[in-house]
Amino acid sequence: MNSLKLDENQLIENFEAKLAKNEMIEPKDWMPAQYRKHLIRQISQHAHSEIIGMQPEGNWITRAPSMRRKMVLLAKVQDEAGHGLYLYSAAESMGISREEMLDQLHTGAAKYSSIFNYPTLTWADMGAIGWLVDGAAIMNQVMLQRTSYGPYARAMVRICKEESFHQRQGYEIMNVLASGSAEQKEMAQDALNRWWWPSLMMFGPRDEESPNSEQAIKWKIKRETNDQLRQRFVNQTVSQVEKIGLVVPDKAIKWNEAKNGYDFGEINWDEFWTVVKGNGPCNKARIAAKIKSHEEGAWVREAANAHAEKNNKTKAA
Amino acid sequence: MNDSQGILWEVFIQSKPGQPHKHAGSVHAHDNEMALQNARDLYCRRSEGTNLWVVPASAIVASSPEDIGSFFEPSNDKVYRHPTFYSVPEGITHM
Repeated sequence: MNSLKLDENQLIENFEAKLAKNEMIEPKDWMPAQYRKHLIRQISQHAHSEIIGMQPEGNWITRAPSMRRKMVLLAKVQDEAGHGLYLYSAAESMGISREEMLDQLHTGAAKYSSIFNYPTLTWADMGAIGWLVDGAAIMNQVMLQRTSYGPYARAMVRICKEESFHQRQGYEIMNVLASGSAEQKEMAQDALNRWWWPSLMMFGPRDEESPNSEQAIKWKIKRETNDQLRQRFVNQTVSQVEKIGLVVPDKAIKWNEAKNGYDFGEINWDEFWTVVKGNGPCNKARIAAKIKSHEEGAWVREAANAHAEKNNKTKAA
Repeated sequence: MNDSQGILWEVFIQSKPGQPHKHAGSVHAHDNEMALQNARDLYCRRSEGTNLWVVPASAIVASSPEDIGSFFEPSNDKVYRHPTFYSVPEGITHM
């Protein structure tokens, strides 16, 4: 097969033409080094978020208030593990190894979504997380189903399909608590108060403060900006809050006819950056727990490897 | 020993009997049996499949996208392989 050696400019032109036609970029296609780097960072950090995200919810599995809730929570946390693995696979198709990504997570070189650095203090937090945190994640992931990198887009389609019960089960928990006793309703409101702002922070810095956004939009990795997605989330969520008799913990919330959406108050960006930089309430505990579980699982991987080697030898003999 | 996650396997799922197997993603595993079990646990949590294939990723040979032109070109100039190449009299149906 005579493969033509194209020069760099020609390759970039072909790449951009493909994006312009909304064609997907596949693992063996030529791509700019920066595109690859951007996606490896984004996909691996998305994967880490799914894996670390198992901890705050895993915290309540043994204390779920009924067998039904326990089964649902188990299934949800298992899904998060699965989502992490789909995403690690998608990142691996760009040439980074699983071991390398885990190492980056364990050493702190790679980040994960800051939302998981907040503690889960009450059962109502399981409701707030499913409803708000998964809700915000879904907003972002629905957009990413049309991202330009094929394996990432396909992982997102699978994930979005599976997420559909996550948000509903969370809202159901909140609705039950909000229509229960005064203490239960208070617990639901308290969880909403604590998770509302961190959920809005999940969309990332404001557009003008987000240096990677412009390039990501140009490469069609992202189709919408942080602020657009955040606005849509607020617009959809306010009526869900009101419907179950709770109150949005933001005095500035007000319908704005002109923009056909809600105005809302200013996010505490100091808190945002504090948590991103590693000084949130649970950053250290989350990583410590992840490393501990990795180390405690080492013997399983070693045994599996030894077993496979022994079988190969028997076959070869 | 080096802390290995096992090798990469590509996973193909058949959604219904009679349907072709379709690529779903990949998994890490140390041997055939574990690869099948991991693939089931990861890609079939909601009864997505009736059959699974797992193939070591290193065993897959793929054509390269840069060769798309020259590699598939031989089929382009054989329009007579398509039924629309042939004209039939007006009024002829079911052909």
